[in-house]
Amino acid sequence: MSTLALPRPLEAGVLGWLRANLFSSWSNAVLTLLALWLLWRTLPPFIDWAFLDAIWSAPDSRACRAARGESACWAFIGEKHRFILFGTYPYEQHWRPGLAILVMLALYAVSAIRRFWRPSLALWWLAGLAAIGVLMWGGVLGLRYVENERWGGLMLTLLLATFGLAFAFPLAILLALGRRSALPVVRGFCVGYIELIRGVPLISLLFMASVMLPLFLPAGVTVDKLLRAQIAMILFAAAYLAEVVRGGLQAIPHGQVEAADALGLAYWKKTLLVILPQALRIAIPPLVNTFIAFFKDTSLVVIIGLFDLLTSIKVSLQEPAWTGFGVEAYVFASVVYFAFCYTMSRYSQNLERELSPGAGRGALRDD
Amino acid sequence: MKRSWLYQAGLLAAAGLVLWFFVSNTARNLETLRVASGFGFLGREAGFEIGETTFLPFSAADTYLRAFGVGLANTFRVALIGIAVATLLGTLIGLARLSSNWLVAKLAAVYVEVMRNIPLLVQLFFWYAIIAENLPGPREALNPFGSVFLSNRGIAVPVPEPHLAYGWMLAALALGIVAALGVSAWGRVRQAATGRPPPAAWAGLALVAGAPLAVFFLFGAPLAWNRPELVGFNFTGGAALTPEFAALLTGLSTYTAAFVAEIVRAGVLAVDKGQFEAADSLGLPRRRAMRLVILPQALRVIVPPMTSQYLNLTKNSSLAVAIGYPDLVSIANTTMNQTGQAIEGIAIIMLVYLTISLSISAFMNWYNRRIALRGAAR
Repeated sequence: MSTLALPRPLEAGVLGWLRANLFSSWSNAVLTLLALWLLWRTLPPFIDWAFLDAIWSAPDSRACRAARGESACWAFIGEKHRFILFGTYPYEQHWRPGLAILVMLALYAVSAIRRFWRPSLALWWLAGLAAIGVLMWGGVLGLRYVENERWGGLMLTLLLATFGLAFAFPLAILLALGRRSALPVVRGFCVGYIELIRGVPLISLLFMASVMLPLFLPAGVTVDKLLRAQIAMILFAAAYLAEVVRGGLQAIPHGQVEAADALGLAYWKKTLLVILPQALRIAIPPLVNTFIAFFKDTSLVVIIGLFDLLTSIKVSLQEPAWTGFGVEAYVFASVVYFAFCYTMSRYSQNLERELSPGAGRGALRDD
Repeated sequence: MKRSWLYQAGLLAAAGLVLWFFVSNTARNLETLRVASGFGFLGREAGFEIGETTFLPFSAADTYLRAFGVGLANTFRVALIGIAVATLLGTLIGLARLSSNWLVAKLAAVYVEVMRNIPLLVQLFFWYAIIAENLPGPREALNPFGSVFLSNRGIAVPVPEPHLAYGWMLAALALGIVAALGVSAWGRVRQAATGRPPPAAWAGLALVAGAPLAVFFLFGAPLAWNRPELVGFNFTGGAALTPEFAALLTGLSTYTAAFVAEIVRAGVLAVDKGQFEAADSLGLPRRRAMRLVILPQALRVIVPPMTSQYLNLTKNSSLAVAIGYPDLVSIANTTMNQTGQAIEGIAIIMLVYLTISLSISAFMNWYNRRIALRGAAR
C-alpha cells in the first residue's frame, strides 16, 4: 500500500500542533480561517470599546455622552457602585452589609471543602445566618435598626439565594423522601407538590406571593414583600432540589437498604444514618448545578419590584444623567453573575471528577 | 401498619385545616375589598391596546377573554420560533464543540460557558438595550443585506405577497408527506420480501419536496415580495419584528442553544465506539450506519433532556413581561392591575402552563416507553 510509504506528518513543535489541530484537512483549514476572520472582526473592536478607549472615571456623564458608541462608560459603574452593592441601606452603615457578604462567602467556602461535610456544618450555617440577620437588621449590640425595605443591591441577591437555599434544602429532602414513601397519601402529596411547582414558571409564583398571599392571611396580618418573595423562592427551589435528591436516593444500591433493615434499624434511623449520607454525596454535583440555576433565578424579583442587584442597576439607569448606558450596565451585571456562577460550575465539575474517577465527561446541566 | 394510617390521616387533616384557613380568609378579604370572585370579568371590555398580535386582531373594545387569547398566541409564536432557532443553533454549537478543530471547539466551549452562566433576564435586558438604545433610527437604519433593515423600531424584513398558490402548496406538501409515508412502508415490505431495499428514501424526498414545487410552477411561479420601505419616520410594508419580540427571541434562543449544545454533545459521546465499528464490519454504508445504528441510540439519550429544554424555553418566555412583549403573563398582569382579579389571573397563568407541561411530559413518557430497550429492566 502506498499510504504506508508516505512520511508521517510532523507531530512535535508549534507547527506540528497547528497542523494536527487546525489544518488537518482542507475543510478544517477553511473552518479555522473562518473562525479567525470572525475573531478578527469582533475581538479588536470589542477590546477597544471595553478597555482601550473606555472612560473609567468622569465627574459627570458629559464625557461619556460625547463618546457614545466608541467607548464604554465604566464611570457609570464607578459613580453608582455603592448603590449597586448595597441599595438604599444607610450610607454610613455600609460596613454592615459588607461584613454580611463576607460571612456569606465564608459559609460557601467552608461548605465547599470536603473535610467539613459533616453534621456540624449545619450548626455553622445556623450561626452564620444568625450573624447575618443581626448585622443586617441591627437593633441589638448597639447597632441601629434598619428595616428590610432598605436592603438592596448585590447584598439582597446574595441574601435571597443564601436564605432560599438554606431553607429549601431541608424541605427538599423531606419532599424527596416523601415521594419515595410507601404511604400513598404522603407520596401523592409530594408528587402533586413537586409536579405543580415544576410545571409553572417562577414568575407566576412570584406574582402569587406579591398579590395573592396577602389575601390568604387574616385581615390586619401583613408580611412584608421581601419575606413573601423569599417564601415563594424557597417553595420553588425545594421542588427542583427534591428531584435532584430523589436522583441521589435512586442511585443507592438496594443492598444498603436491606443491610439497614437486617440490622433492625427503624425508618428514621435507617434514613438518617445509612441512606441520606450516601444519597446526598452522590447528588452533590447536580445539587450545585441547581444552586447555580437558583442563583440566576433570583434576578426575577426585579419583576415584582424587589431591590436586588439587577433592580438597582435598572434604577441607576433611570437617573436622567445616566439614561442610555444600558449596554454597559448589563455587561457589568453579566460579569458579576458570571463570576459567581462560573466559580460554582468549575467547582461542581472538579468535584464530579473527584467523586467518580473514571466516569464520563460530566452531567448535563438542566436549568 | 395502623400507625402509618394514623400519620396519613393526620397529614390530610392538617392540609385540610390549612386550606380551610386560607380559603376562609380569602373569602372574607375579598368581601371587604368588594371584589367579585369568579371568571365573569372575562366577558367584559378590556379597554387596553395590545402592541402586537398573532393571528387574532385585537382592539381596546374587545373582551378580556380575547386579550388572553392574543397573549397565548404571542407566547406560542415566540416559543415555537425560539425552539426552532435554538435547536438549529444548539446542534451546530454542540457538534462544533466535538470538532477536531481546536479553535472551533474552544469557541463553542466559550459560547456555552458564557451563555449559561448569565441569568436569562440580564441577557434579555442586554439585547433590548442594544436594539432600543444603540441601533440608529429608521432613517439611518442598518442594512446588512437585501431589504432587511435594523433600527431602534425593530427589524423590518420582506415577505412574499399572499397568493392563492400558497394554500395549494401547503395542501400538496401534506399530500406529499402522506405519499412518502406510504412509499416507505411499501419499501419495508419490499425489502422483507426480496432482501433488497428499494430507493424509498429518495422517492419520499422527491414526493415531499416535489409536490409543492410542482404546484408552485403550475401557478406560474408567483413570487412577489412585499419589501419594507422608509415612509416618513418608519418603515411600512414587509413584516416588522418589534424590538421587544426581536430581543426576546434572540435572548431565548441564544440562551437555550447553549443547553441544547450540551445535550447534543452528550448524546453523540454516549454512543459507544464499538457501535460504529460494528456497523462498519456489517458492511453498512456510512449514511445507513448513521441512520440505522448511531442516530437511534444517540436520540434515546438526546430526546428526553431536549424536551425538557423546550419546556424550559416556553416557561422562560414568561420573562417577556420584563421587557414589555405582550405574552400571556404580561396580559394577565395588566388584567390583574385593572380588575383586581388577582386569583383568577394567576389561576389562568398556572393552568395554561400546567397544561403545556403535563401534556409534554405525557408525550415524553409515551416516547420513552416506545424507545426503551426491549426487555431491559426499567
